[in-house]
Amino acid sequence: MKDILNFNSKIPVSSLPNKWKDHKSTLKLVSPNNRSKIEIIVVGTGLAGASASTSLSELGYRVKAFCYQDSPRRAHSVAAQGGINASKNYKGDNDSVYKLFYDTIKGGDYRSREANVYRLAEISSNIIDQCVAQGVPFARDYAGYLETRSFGGTKVSRTFYAKGQTGQQLLLACYSSMSRQIKIGRVKMYNRHEMLDLVVVDGVAKGIIARNLISGEIERHAAHAIVIASGGYGNIFFLSTNAMGANASAIWKVHKKGGLFANPCYTQIHPTCIPVHGNYQSKLTLMSESLRNDGRIWVPNKLEDVIFIRNGSKKPKEINEENRDYYLERRYPSFGNLVPRDVASRAAKERCDKGFGIENNETKEGVFLDFSFSIEKYGKEKANELGIQEPSSLDKQKLGEEIMESKYGNLFHMYEKITNDNPYKTPMKIYPAVHYTMGGLWVDYNLMSSIPGCYIIGEANFSDHGANRLGASALMQGLADGYFILPYTIADYLSECITEKMSTKHIAFQLSEENVKNRIQKLIQNNGNMSVDFFHKKLGNIMWKYVGMSRNHVGLYKAIKAIQELRYEFWKNVFIPGNIDDGLNSELEKAGRVADFLELGELMAMDALKRNESCGSHFREEYKTKEGEALRDDVRYKHVSIWEHRKNHLISDEIMHKEDLNYTFIKVQPRSYK
Amino acid sequence: MKKLMKFKLKIWRQKNREERGNFKTYQVYNVSPDSSFLEMLDLLNNHIICQKKDSSTISFDHDCREGICGMCSLYINGRAHGPDNLITTCQLHMRHFHDGETIYVEPWRATPFPIIKDLIVDRSSFDRIIISGGYISVNTFGKTIDGNMIPIHKEQADKAFDAATCIGCGACVAACKNRSAMLFVSAKVSQFALLPQGKIERKKRVMNMIKKMDEEGFGSCTNTRACEVECPKGISTEHISFMNREYIQSFTAT
Repeated sequence: MKDILNFNSKIPVSSLPNKWKDHKSTLKLVSPNNRSKIEIIVVGTGLAGASASTSLSELGYRVKAFCYQDSPRRAHSVAAQGGINASKNYKGDNDSVYKLFYDTIKGGDYRSREANVYRLAEISSNIIDQCVAQGVPFARDYAGYLETRSFGGTKVSRTFYAKGQTGQQLLLACYSSMSRQIKIGRVKMYNRHEMLDLVVVDGVAKGIIARNLISGEIERHAAHAIVIASGGYGNIFFLSTNAMGANASAIWKVHKKGGLFANPCYTQIHPTCIPVHGNYQSKLTLMSESLRNDGRIWVPNKLEDVIFIRNGSKKPKEINEENRDYYLERRYPSFGNLVPRDVASRAAKERCDKGFGIENNETKEGVFLDFSFSIEKYGKEKANELGIQEPSSLDKQKLGEEIMESKYGNLFHMYEKITNDNPYKTPMKIYPAVHYTMGGLWVDYNLMSSIPGCYIIGEANFSDHGANRLGASALMQGLADGYFILPYTIADYLSECITEKMSTKHIAFQLSEENVKNRIQKLIQNNGNMSVDFFHKKLGNIMWKYVGMSRNHVGLYKAIKAIQELRYEFWKNVFIPGNIDDGLNSELEKAGRVADFLELGELMAMDALKRNESCGSHFREEYKTKEGEALRDDVRYKHVSIWEHRKNHLISDEIMHKEDLNYTFIKVQPRSYK
Repeated sequence: MKKLMKFKLKIWRQKNREERGNFKTYQVYNVSPDSSFLEMLDLLNNHIICQKKDSSTISFDHDCREGICGMCSLYINGRAHGPDNLITTCQLHMRHFHDGETIYVEPWRATPFPIIKDLIVDRSSFDRIIISGGYISVNTFGKTIDGNMIPIHKEQADKAFDAATCIGCGACVAACKNRSAMLFVSAKVSQFALLPQGKIERKKRVMNMIKKMDEEGFGSCTNTRACEVECPKGISTEHISFMNREYIQSFTAT
């Protein structure tokens, strides 16, 4: 087994600030009159997929876009709340491309690619301008200029937002622009379609096999290039903040056809979600990180108070200041409540593990996110502004609540509907939950996977976030990849293949289609006794327990074994009602996705086991400092772990390669937020 | 532990667009009052799978389950998104129902939303309305001016945002006795007409969108404001008046 392959990541040799510029000047072009002869398949219509579809078709290519939802507008990017970063320095707080780049690299715990992250920081400003031009109603100040706020892991205010619905507004802008291209006829939209295989001819990606989810028909689609923008695989945990349909099937199929998978173990745990309530629950709901701007996180510092809080005999308000533990402010005075997500998540787990969790259920997890201070502060300021002399506390509360409403209204509303508690009057209860996967398919600087002709963008690739993702950077990456990077780099590949399109009659299409059909048949004829959800929940439990917020050697071994057993059990005992020709069958859809998760889960545990260090969200209990902080090992693990699937072999036989990460521009140092 | 609930459900089952549908009765037990309506349906589907009596589970649309994707629908006890205001079905919790209650569950009822299966309808007519002109025709791949070069009055931006929050779920159409899509269309028209970037194409936009809405077979507005009551995002019928003004003005010379 050789450890290092000669990975041609195609990172340009120029100095960091010139890399992208110089690289663009070397990329080959496709002449405008040839572009309409070229077809590109885009799988997924979130921020990455929709923006790519739009930009590519505006350039003149013909695009076939696929999504499993009933409309591209429903992609889960729509649920992103807090905002999108850009280094515009509008607030004059000394922000710059370099600072955004530095914060992102540091936030990713020095496990992301320097050149990619720098390019992302560079493009960030463009994105905001573009979105404004498309009519995104970003928040404005009273002078009419763009408003910003702060997010975890930074000391500047660079996050642009549209209340708590930034993702929705950005996605609808992409969707609208894409709709314009649909009208012209350059984008053909395939709603309610799911990609079930990648077709590779002579080592090159030439098409996909998709299932029409309404008719159940299996379709062949050929193209000159394939773009996968299908998002992350956080749903492997069953309970996550992902949409119910979000799945790993597209990227997993690419992996099994030869696409290398990078850093599968990197899963971000988001610190501010509504805690788990019970075993009936189907998903977890995120409360935007932006709330930490105006919320202070605490738990009681006396165990007896914890008991009173849990059984309801004391209200949070009745716990005096001196009996509260604002543990983030205590441990990280410099960043306080705005530490990055992995740090905040682990700190919450630490308190709950010690018995200070405040939720009254079997988990006994949860901490308070308290807005009373900001409501009071804003109320006072507003009263001053209105010239109210000596406002009563009721006045201040009312005025303060109005300000909070204007900033986070939808989030507070959502919280109240789910929990039946009013967060204006009492602190929110929050706890960490699975949110975003930084691992994904390996790509080079051009965003091409190890299969020529197959590009991976957005959350589906691995390159920009490292071991941890700072807030408001996912929207940035999705749009940067789709609007501004892929359209340049894909031309370099397409310029070589303006020849005729591959015929879907090719034997490779036929074989792929047969495989897909056989698998569906196998699933539906399996006369077992258990539902797909039963297996998915079991898998989720294993993943959360052993491959979740903290991992250790013994646990990871256990997880691998347990997943293998569960996979065997699944194929023996899963039951899917209905017949093959019934058409729409949600159980069948879920079954295929869970079958893939049952393989990917094992790879995630294998990857976590191989990485004998703690970095970002990958926390190995064996590797920590005296204070319990993550302890990196830059000598042995400053690399991307890249997994290669061997055809007709088990997951446990996958081979790991490494891509060394070189930092030429910044100094790699311990990450501290104290 | 809160007391678990039980319900009798009358659910619309329909195999596909062509075949006739009918109500079927189901019993569901051990429902937590803290579970959402869709989680209750998950539980029922799980029973259906384990008992192997029905040939298929109950199909319903859902995805984000946090009230923003707009995919979930359902007419519950005669109301779009059920008996609470300003929420989608995925945000509706069983604590809003009485133990032992009979609950009627139906799909959206509107000719432009044909039934696909059970509780799932085809809302692609909404996509076609956006395709007809619900955008600003700026190219995304190129250079634009700095965002701050287009200052926008805060109140104006907030108002545009309020219109832009429409999730396209179709509750407005389902709630309307005329099956009108005016709230949905007017929200988009307002959002862009209120912003300086959208003013250039405003006449063309409103004309195209209204034309498409009519072609798709949506009815007209008679100001009963049921749409506003059932809209999970609280979009105001003021936008309909605004759109009507825009529409009339689109016939006049500049």
